[in-house]
Amino acid sequence: MSQKPLVTLQNVGKTFGPVTVIKDVTVSVYAGKVQVLLGENGAGKSTLIKMMAGVYQPDAGRIVVDGRTVTLPTTRAAEDLGIATIHQELNLVPTMSIAENVMLGRMPTRHGMVDRSALRNRARAALSLIGLDVDVDTLVGELGIARQQLVEIAKALSINARILILDEPTAALTRHETESLFAVMADLRSRGVGMLFISHHLDEIAEVGDTVTVLRDGEFIAEVPASTPEEELVKLMVGRSIEDQYPRKTGSAPEPVGSQPVGSRPAEILAVEHLSSSGKFTDINFTVRAGEVLGIAGLVGAGRTELIRAIAGADHYDSGTVTVRGRVLPKGNIQAAIKAGIGHVPEDRKGQGLVTGASVNDNLGYATLASTARLGLADFAGQRTRAQAVASKLRIRMHTIDQAVGALSGGNQQKAVFGRWIIAASTVLLLDEPTRGVDVGAKVEIYELMNAITAAGGAIVMVSSELPEILGMSDRILVMRDGKLAGELAAAEATQDRVMTLAARDVDEKN
Amino acid sequence: MSTTTQPATRRGFDYKKFLANNGALVGLVVLCIALFIATPDFLTGQNLLNIGIQVSTVAVLAFGMTFVIVAGGIDLSVGAVAALSAMVSSWLFVSAGLPGWLALGGGLVAGLLAGVVNGLANAYGKLPSFIATLAMLSVARGLTLVISDGRPIKTPAEVSFLGGNLGPVPMPIVVLLVAALVASFLLNRTVIGRSMYAVGGNAEAARLSGLPVKRILVTVFALAGVFAALAGLLLAGRLDSAQPQAAAGYELDAIAAVVIGGASLSGGLGKISGTFVGALVLVVIRNGLNLLNVTSFWQQVVIGLVIALAVGVDVLRRKTRNS
Repeated sequence: MSQKPLVTLQNVGKTFGPVTVIKDVTVSVYAGKVQVLLGENGAGKSTLIKMMAGVYQPDAGRIVVDGRTVTLPTTRAAEDLGIATIHQELNLVPTMSIAENVMLGRMPTRHGMVDRSALRNRARAALSLIGLDVDVDTLVGELGIARQQLVEIAKALSINARILILDEPTAALTRHETESLFAVMADLRSRGVGMLFISHHLDEIAEVGDTVTVLRDGEFIAEVPASTPEEELVKLMVGRSIEDQYPRKTGSAPEPVGSQPVGSRPAEILAVEHLSSSGKFTDINFTVRAGEVLGIAGLVGAGRTELIRAIAGADHYDSGTVTVRGRVLPKGNIQAAIKAGIGHVPEDRKGQGLVTGASVNDNLGYATLASTARLGLADFAGQRTRAQAVASKLRIRMHTIDQAVGALSGGNQQKAVFGRWIIAASTVLLLDEPTRGVDVGAKVEIYELMNAITAAGGAIVMVSSELPEILGMSDRILVMRDGKLAGELAAAEATQDRVMTLAARDVDEKN
Repeated sequence: MSTTTQPATRRGFDYKKFLANNGALVGLVVLCIALFIATPDFLTGQNLLNIGIQVSTVAVLAFGMTFVIVAGGIDLSVGAVAALSAMVSSWLFVSAGLPGWLALGGGLVAGLLAGVVNGLANAYGKLPSFIATLAMLSVARGLTLVISDGRPIKTPAEVSFLGGNLGPVPMPIVVLLVAALVASFLLNRTVIGRSMYAVGGNAEAARLSGLPVKRILVTVFALAGVFAALAGLLLAGRLDSAQPQAAAGYELDAIAAVVIGGASLSGGLGKISGTFVGALVLVVIRNGLNLLNVTSFWQQVVIGLVIALAVGVDVLRRKTRNS
């Protein structure tokens, strides 16, 4: 690479108190190239990009922009040098229009008043850079995540960013949305914008990246071309080879467990019949047997999350029945569903799954708070014992059980949500995007946990937008499209193409 | 990096951590020492009993407010509900001719009902608690004036007893301590108390975990109503009459006490002990400024600054700890 980098973090280091988070790492971003940053959660990726973005200052090493050593005391200083960051959590004001968001802090004025037409024109110009064709007066809150992200990118480009830091931009996107984001990235690349890209999706690296910098435990491990095989990347990242990303022996029908007579099929645990909810899903029918993982695939907006929530009792529905072990559940009654053995792992871990400010201990105990109480008094000692046991069983990595759950990494947070249902002895788990934002190592642990639950006679329904996960972990796959069941595939006959054909047929690309 | 808890450091008291977690208490102690040095009248038995009596009303109101704030809401009606409850009690005694102890109970029931209405409006009517309780503030104050026709009504002996003495100890202090123990027990040991933290921390996560969020919210406001009623009866007992304008503006003192005590207005955080200290800080400042002959006009300025300072320090402390 004879070309000069736009920006280099040279031998940088960062410590927080006694903890060394980054040690002697060098990474460069070149014009017209996509540099991928790869590492497990806690490997130091966020700290590194925050140094490049002016949020943190390195304790050691230096930052070089265009061949000159610089200091970036603030994000503003980084922006002035053309470095912009698209954070995982978007920094947009949902109640303001697209135009206002793009020009936030730089509103064009005339006679001291906001110049509306200049505002719109400049926002339109920014949006056209990335080919986003929407009315700039639309409120940002009305857009989907994918378009909000594009608005952020437009905003960054409108301040003449030459270096874009993209922190897990695809984590919340569907496959289709991801592809349009990649198209925008390819276009930016051809115009000489340098990008630093973070993703947990290994398959995206070869697709969009040029070179990959691998970090582990805050240290530089290797720089390899993006065409490096996935297994090799995983090995670099976790320091060992992961035998099997999807440790489920699919297709092999689970052996009958418990009191089943030998030779009979395992009992149906969950039956959903003619379930309909106006505007969400229509006439859904399926059953799940003991020991089975049923995957539900489909595009975002196909009604998968809504279906799961209805079964869990989180939302009402119009007609149909949900039956667990022969007992029909009342509509919209979470407590009854939990009593029947249902455990719901919602899609938004922080917003719906956890009380992030409360301790790991508390979070593990919410579902069993009332059922373990005596005379209305909470069972403190018992809860602690149960929480300790399940935390060590699930290998939740934390300092103490009284630590705020929000301080844990994504994978460990997700294990805490699972742990709550394990303490509640739930036998029907409804998982909604169970590994979103979870790193490779913890993903495998969650898959193994799913295997353990089904091996013990439990049943799992898993909604996922990650096709490899659906294909790798399901015994059977349902595909939803526009709120209806579009088809069912056995694990053996399922391929990405077949699932996508069922999921996307007849859907014109409105997005 | 393991699931085992850190070995307890039994050797030596971790005073740094204690100071960091009990900023309001440290402030209170510093305040008391300063007042002790500034005026000999501060540390007299009579003055301390005065402080105890003065703090009782604010603290009991603030205990109820703590439940609401921990659960992520706010209750602006507690002062008005306190006045209404005391007035209902006196009216039941004087106009309806009920026995005194029944009239006292009637006052508590009035507070309970007002709280339940707040809770229903918030949980089922989907009114933000700020709005629901602002409406209740007006309704309760209005009803107090309607019942009393704008005039004080004398309290039954049972209520006056609450404002009297038990041997050498003023009854308000006894009631205050019992209320503190009950509130602390409810918040710390019971299912409903623990649920309040979950609801205030993340109501949706609490709901999806199977906690009956709406019922919890109704209970929270009902408790705030009962504690407000008790505070109102204490106040009336001291004056031997229920006053139509009693406890006006006390809701703000109660909120200040809870917040000085370390609770977060966004919910999920707060302790009864903290609230108790917060109420003491407010009352001790007023008492000290009185002893130092500072006019009540300036007292308001000082109190305002103290609230801003206490919360500002707390915010800073959390920020530095989290980064």
